[in-house]
Amino acid sequence: MKLANAKQLHRKSGVALPSAAAPTASAESRSLLTVTSLGVGDVSAILRLATVLEAEPPAERALRLAHRRVALLFYESSTRTRTSFELAAKGLGADTALISSQSSSIEKGESLKDTGITLRALGAECIILRHLSSGAPYLLAQATGLPVLNAGDGMHEHPSQALLDLRTMLFALGRSEEAPGATLLQGITVAIVGDILHSRVARSNALLLPRLGAQVVLCGPPALLPEVAQELAPGISIERDLDRALKQAHIVMMLRIQKERLTGVHIDLDEYMTRYQLHRERLLASGPQAIVMHPGPMIRGLEITSEVADGPQSVIEKQVGHGVAIRMALIHRALAPEQPPKSLRPALQPKPRATTPRKRGRA
Amino acid sequence: MRTILISGGHVVDPSAGVDARRDLLLKDGRVAAIEPPGKLAGAAKQADAEIVEARSMVVAPGLVDIHVHLREPGQGYKETIATGTAAAAAGGFTTVCAMPNTIPVNDSVETTRWMQSAERNPSARVFPIAAATRGSMGEALTEYGSLKAAGAVAVTDDGKPILGEAIMHQALAAAARAGLPVIQHAEDTRMTAGASMNAGALAFRLGLRGMPVAAEAGLVERDLRLLAELKGARAHLHIAHISTAAALDAVRRARRNGLHVTCEVAPHHFLLNESAVGEYNTNAKMNPPLRAESDRRAMLEGLLDGSIDCIATDHAPHAAHEKEQEFERAPNGITGLESALGLTLDLLHRKHKVSLSRLITLLSTQPANLLNLRGRGSLAVGAFADVVVFDPGEEWTFRAAVTRSKSTNTPFDGWTMLGRVRLTISEGRVVYRAD
Repeated sequence: MKLANAKQLHRKSGVALPSAAAPTASAESRSLLTVTSLGVGDVSAILRLATVLEAEPPAERALRLAHRRVALLFYESSTRTRTSFELAAKGLGADTALISSQSSSIEKGESLKDTGITLRALGAECIILRHLSSGAPYLLAQATGLPVLNAGDGMHEHPSQALLDLRTMLFALGRSEEAPGATLLQGITVAIVGDILHSRVARSNALLLPRLGAQVVLCGPPALLPEVAQELAPGISIERDLDRALKQAHIVMMLRIQKERLTGVHIDLDEYMTRYQLHRERLLASGPQAIVMHPGPMIRGLEITSEVADGPQSVIEKQVGHGVAIRMALIHRALAPEQPPKSLRPALQPKPRATTPRKRGRA
Repeated sequence: MRTILISGGHVVDPSAGVDARRDLLLKDGRVAAIEPPGKLAGAAKQADAEIVEARSMVVAPGLVDIHVHLREPGQGYKETIATGTAAAAAGGFTTVCAMPNTIPVNDSVETTRWMQSAERNPSARVFPIAAATRGSMGEALTEYGSLKAAGAVAVTDDGKPILGEAIMHQALAAAARAGLPVIQHAEDTRMTAGASMNAGALAFRLGLRGMPVAAEAGLVERDLRLLAELKGARAHLHIAHISTAAALDAVRRARRNGLHVTCEVAPHHFLLNESAVGEYNTNAKMNPPLRAESDRRAMLEGLLDGSIDCIATDHAPHAAHEKEQEFERAPNGITGLESALGLTLDLLHRKHKVSLSRLITLLSTQPANLLNLRGRGSLAVGAFADVVVFDPGEEWTFRAAVTRSKSTNTPFDGWTMLGRVRLTISEGRVVYRAD
């Protein structure tokens, strides 16, 4: 049995395990399908776990999930998310298998349910799913009974992205050492700009950040940002004017227009760029202190200029690095929730330490 | 066929204004007599009738569902006429009107006849509703006169709404000449591309494209305008499964202006709202979609104030593997024949104090009248011996797993129902008897 093997490995190598294991958590609680399933305590635990795992020596870390089996099931193309999930799993010692829709039986018409059951039969203990259809991870979790990590489903959510965005924000704001709680982002306004309608990143961030005390300002034209968007959660408002949004924002998150999801929506790109492009002059005039983020992929010269993307206010590259740490924490939580690293045992307070995010997994 | 005496039951027959204890004698497939208790004992004995003891039971005209999908010909893995009508019988329905979106589309006399053949082994009377246009492609009208002669009781392109104004105009005029209603599935599909639930905040949060209220209300208004233009032609427009307050208001206004427009509502549209979609529950996916709570309440209001003419289930069976798909990929529709009476009794009769007589009007008499199904929806002497006997006080739990339908796609699995069907008789033949 894989779990026993992993425990033996830990014992042999002398890595400390908690003496009293917590009751085994259900697959449901180890899955991450939506950020709305995370309480503030869960968010806090994931952030602390990410920091601990990131700081561990790689050789030690690689024993944590040694030879556990993680399947990456990707129905849509991806660079950052796929690579960072894969590096995260491998970093913890897990074996990974990548299944993409272009090179598998999915092309022959196999259903998501059957694909999931097949992966489970092959020994997968956790499935990381990227899918073009909103809600697909719910179906997979139900069909397989395995923990499922949502790596982006249609226009619905991208929870690991919101968590890595949160971690990036906390580092950039100098709040990474504060005890996470419902006031962690008190006083912080985050502007999310662009194609909100089609963006799962926007939904996950807009649902997560207000729970930690942030104000979220959504900004975009009506065709890409319907009024109902502000009903997502309390603490969300709409501002159609980018300069006015920037003036309130401590953080600005730019989104690309998702051409592949536009159905019947016609956007005049010239007009869009005039009103919503983040360029140097606009940033200097309206948000000289704002931290600039982008979940990628960026369309340089459309929603953001290179000067801004590569400029001093940008943390876009750092977001990618935080992705690996967060995803290590999510995979660890999915596969070994009863084995938190020693430093995270409930009896102990998290040690303050001066961690700086290390760049890794730049894909 | 044996003569049957249903004895001592509470007969509810709105068509004859009966709402009292009566004995009912069924002979040769027809209602032979209806008399106060005891008066038919002699006649029953003479005919060696089977005696059905119905004390504390309601005896009503068999229910009539003018909107079902029996999937035959072409999709027997979802349902057949035999299984669909067996489910109907178990639910108290003795008449069902079958939609034409079969494979091939029922746009011909041959298919219309084939569906009514005794070889289909039906447990309820099947009346086909034929396609309004060839192949339901919305281009050329079918032959309404010959379809009617072959047994079709209405025309529709259900599921593929007739968008073209000219063709809809022609359809209404031609159907009026043939004496058939035109049934419209009111959805302006130009506004619903890729949509899989009601438009609104919930759809936005779930990342699903939404069907706006205006897609239904807009097409209803368009059709009512065409109907008004045809005034004098005696055209009858029937709106299938109405789901929005805006569309219902349009129907009310048109009626006040004297137009012949009628509408039906499905149980799920007055029982559930969009929140039933929950975490992408494909058994809460249908078209029209479950709407906002205000629309659900408006449907209930419409039933209570009489502006909705009848209840129809839109029974739409799908195989498990089809519903166990990504929400956006899963087909629309839920089964409804076995849950309609229990749900309606519970909500309308018990909770909203709607009389049994009014309830039977909505589930039997009025739908039969809408499609001119003579001798149905009534227990008058000479009417077809279509009868449902149910225990109006019995609570039971609906289990999709034990359905007579081939499919189990229902959001009502495990719901408490009121009123258990004990016996269903179709044209004098017992087609369902509770264990």
